[in-house]
Amino acid sequence: MESIGIVNYWIVIALMMIALYIVISANNLIKKIIGLNIFQSSVFILYISIGKVGGGTAPILLKEPAVYSNPLPHVLILTAIVVGVATTALGLALIVRIRSAFGTIDDQDVQQDIERN
Amino acid sequence: MKQHLILHVIAKIMIPFIMVFALYVQFHGDYGPGGGFQAGVIFGAGFILYGIVLGKEATMKIVPPPLVYTTAALGVLLYTGVGVAGMFLGGEFLNYSVLSADSVAGQHLGILLIEFGVGMTVASVMIILFLSFADYRQPESENTN
Amino acid sequence: MLSLHLSALQVVIPLLAAPLCAIIRIPGVTWLIALAVGIASSINSIAILLHINRFGEIVYSLGGWAAPFGIEYRIDSANALILLIISFIYLLGIIYAPASIKTEVPEKSQGWLYTAWILCFTGLSGITISGDVFNVFVFLEVSSLSTYILISFGQDKRCLTAAFRYLVMGTIAATFYLVGIGFLYSLTGTLNMADLAQRLPDLISQNTVAVAFGFVIVGLAIKMALFPFHAWLPNAYAYAPNAVTAFLAGTATKAAVYVFIRLTFEVFPEDYFSGFTSSHHIILAVGIFSAVITSAIAIFQDDLKRLFAWSSIGQIGYIAVGVGLASTAGVAASFLHLFNHSIMKTAIFMAIGGLFFVTGSTTTAALKNAGRRMPWTMAAILIGGLSLIGVPFTTGFISKWYLVSASLEQNFWWLAGLILLGSLVTAAYVWKIVEIAYFRKDPNVKVVRQEAPLSLLIPTWILVVANIYFGVDARFSGSMATQAANTILGVSP
Repeated sequence: MESIGIVNYWIVIALMMIALYIVISANNLIKKIIGLNIFQSSVFILYISIGKVGGGTAPILLKEPAVYSNPLPHVLILTAIVVGVATTALGLALIVRIRSAFGTIDDQDVQQDIERN
Repeated sequence: MKQHLILHVIAKIMIPFIMVFALYVQFHGDYGPGGGFQAGVIFGAGFILYGIVLGKEATMKIVPPPLVYTTAALGVLLYTGVGVAGMFLGGEFLNYSVLSADSVAGQHLGILLIEFGVGMTVASVMIILFLSFADYRQPESENTN
Repeated sequence: MLSLHLSALQVVIPLLAAPLCAIIRIPGVTWLIALAVGIASSINSIAILLHINRFGEIVYSLGGWAAPFGIEYRIDSANALILLIISFIYLLGIIYAPASIKTEVPEKSQGWLYTAWILCFTGLSGITISGDVFNVFVFLEVSSLSTYILISFGQDKRCLTAAFRYLVMGTIAATFYLVGIGFLYSLTGTLNMADLAQRLPDLISQNTVAVAFGFVIVGLAIKMALFPFHAWLPNAYAYAPNAVTAFLAGTATKAAVYVFIRLTFEVFPEDYFSGFTSSHHIILAVGIFSAVITSAIAIFQDDLKRLFAWSSIGQIGYIAVGVGLASTAGVAASFLHLFNHSIMKTAIFMAIGGLFFVTGSTTTAALKNAGRRMPWTMAAILIGGLSLIGVPFTTGFISKWYLVSASLEQNFWWLAGLILLGSLVTAAYVWKIVEIAYFRKDPNVKVVRQEAPLSLLIPTWILVVANIYFGVDARFSGSMATQAANTILGVSP
């Protein structure tokens, strides 16, 4: 039953592979960005799940000492989420400009347009 | 969506509470869950709700983009400024203990200012993101090919 | 008192300047701020170097929280060298920028361009000095995000797809790196490099370490454009504004290379890279293969910027060869080539920017008669090209010399042969340029002497002179590189 104990890793790996597949296979640029988002989220889940301590409470100052979950991975991931938001916003902004320059957000169409000129 | 009276009225009631809640999350961040990131997003969400209900032009009247760009940068400047103040007062960069005679009070003051800077930047960036992407339309002439 | 803060200032100064630029947004003023940052940082990096030579390593705890709990900046001779390169290339890039950008970027977005440029510099400095693996990730993303923005300022609409592709690959790379350090953290409970280096040797047989190692290596290999992860680089360099390309060519991949060397040799246990996993063979093979093959691809490019972008991938290959040798001499050769390649490649891209300023094009066709039309610009490209080949009295020769002697030290005769083969292929594309520029005469056209403006020529020629100076007198660069390699590999000199 060891494999159930590490179920979080299975989820992370599944999400990561799905996301990589989307990033590689999708032609639509917005879908690529969605894939990228899922990819990043899988890593966020990895970090947050390894911060959990069995039976631990939230790491807030209490009257008496108690077992609490490790807050550091959460803080790290807060930073990583901000980076992720910035990346997504920049990616979408680039897509908006690609749309107005090429008239399409399909990767293949964009490539064709480039090759034609 | 200006014609939807119910949305209009409810949004007007909700927005002040959203903002007060954002301020609570902001300034309660050093005792409980909260802080600049979360508060900034909630604060920005208030403006975004206003924008969704009343449209982009109305939002740009209360938060003109040049102003928001400036507050976004000011937040970063406040953050770095507090860090540099620590350096001038004899500590390391971002050392809050030296900001006040009592080191605990100094830490308190430091984190409050830093988180305020973070909140300001995050809220501004949220509004900028909304204003840049909302209501984006392709110029008609380019649609023809 | 001030010497205490030297390391922090390297990041704090640009971090203060960037929001200031975002508030002001007037092109001329933002340029002045960017220039001030460049001057201050260059002086600062020299001061750091002198301080390290005299007193040794600088350790700085941010916020006054000591190392395992807080983030620390740790600078020794390895980072000091990289810091020096990045600061000076940035300064020269900024001096070069206004004349070059004036023709390429609309006036109203120039303020934003300088803001992004300063942020990129902040990120690169941060990567170099940080002693905390997660902090490195954050700075890596700061520099990458601003690089995407800088590339998207290009004139050609293809810069957008180039920036987008770089964004996708760069984000995957950073996320791979993040997964790797996540595993390391779950295993050791620390993110501090020095702490990791202490705790990892006991865990060397764990599979988790191997997985973390793989993720970190692949992530950084994408960031440094090591073959076969180079796909983003040619377009990104080709379509970015000329001044930006010059800056990126000298700095962007270099910081990633530095982190690669630091992690593989110092943070992971001794011999993990070369002995335990034997992955140095892979890096060596990939490096020498790309050094030869990408140089061959460069021959067939019609656009000068794209040609030298492919050549950059080849030069990263040489750096990887030094790393793959996994000896002090090899790593020293890598550091030396890092330094030399920054100088020569930035000079070449700056000269190409000058060519673009005059002819309005960077294709090889624009080179026709350029030898007589703008002798100074062409001479800069020529000397850079000779240096890429490794002709004596240029820095390229010194790099090749170190690299060949490092490979002979391990009796890799075949490797020395392949390095020389790579030089021959390099000579082919340099000859192609020389042939068009100097020997393909068009008798019908009367050649008018039309040189690029001085504000473009002066930064270019500072680098060209540096190229020749460090090619003749390699005492400074050679001893710095050897010292850096000794520090990282933990060999006492």
